[in-house]
Amino acid sequence: MKFGIVVFPGSHGQTDCHYVFEQILQEPVTYLWHAEEDLQGVDCVIIPGGYAYGNYLRAGAIARFAPLMEQVIAFGKKGGLILGICNGFQILTEAGLLPGALIRNPSLRFQCQNTYLRVEQTETPFTNLCEQKEVVKMPIAHEEGGFVTDKETLERLEKEGRVILRYCNEQGEVTPESNPNGSLHNIAGIVNEQGNILGMMPHPERYVEAILGGEDGKKIFNSLVAWWQGGAGR
Amino acid sequence: MFKAVVTITFKKSILDPQGSAVHKALKSLGYQEVEDVRMGKHVEILLRGEKRQEAETQVKEMCSRLLANPIIEDYQVELAEVEV
Repeated sequence: MKFGIVVFPGSHGQTDCHYVFEQILQEPVTYLWHAEEDLQGVDCVIIPGGYAYGNYLRAGAIARFAPLMEQVIAFGKKGGLILGICNGFQILTEAGLLPGALIRNPSLRFQCQNTYLRVEQTETPFTNLCEQKEVVKMPIAHEEGGFVTDKETLERLEKEGRVILRYCNEQGEVTPESNPNGSLHNIAGIVNEQGNILGMMPHPERYVEAILGGEDGKKIFNSLVAWWQGGAGR
Repeated sequence: MFKAVVTITFKKSILDPQGSAVHKALKSLGYQEVEDVRMGKHVEILLRGEKRQEAETQVKEMCSRLLANPIIEDYQVELAEVEV
């Protein structure tokens, strides 16, 4: 399974992601420069964290107009697998591939900490190796992670089971205290209608080895490969 | 030539933590009468052209495509003709 990592000026999560695919998953991986217009035949596009185009105006607002993004949008609309992490999630909402928006944390602070997440859906390309309602741990590092959307969209997301990850405590209880950024319904990750595009604020690529504190992040990436090998790739 | 002043604010339903922080600061300075503070963005655009209608249409398009995010923000445009 070939992974492509989008790199904008100001991205900074690309090297960690590259390391995950090359060293840990041992799958082919390539960088995709924002100014190019070719996805190089990748099977999954990763939009990493960072400050694409400096996050000027709004996080992700300018990045979505990069030449490569047109290809990414077309790829996603055709059912191609896309994972947006942190800034990547912000870019996906700005690009209209995912609903809602991510606004400034109510704390007004850059929140950099480990969080517990409850896996709400496991029949997805991104979480199929997780147990239903499994509690996983991954770090967040962002200033604009508050997921907001209008009431109707929020209801639809819940009804259609498109909330994939929710901030919770260690016991898996979704509480206001375990919500680090004011996200509605403690939402940490959602998918699009077709289920092929996931946006998440936490950083799975920063939690893939014991030396980093834990390996839960690997479940997301391994799920993608399992999904691919299980049929999507044939 | 036109000068457009675009004011972008969070929709009423969207929490504005910066506005709340400034509100608190004003209260702590003794301005107890302050009821609410909302922060926003102010964008000035100089635009070539002679037709007001066209300029207005263009600026509104800029707002909906890039300057504002309709999910969380409202915008207002003020347009004035200016000397070159």
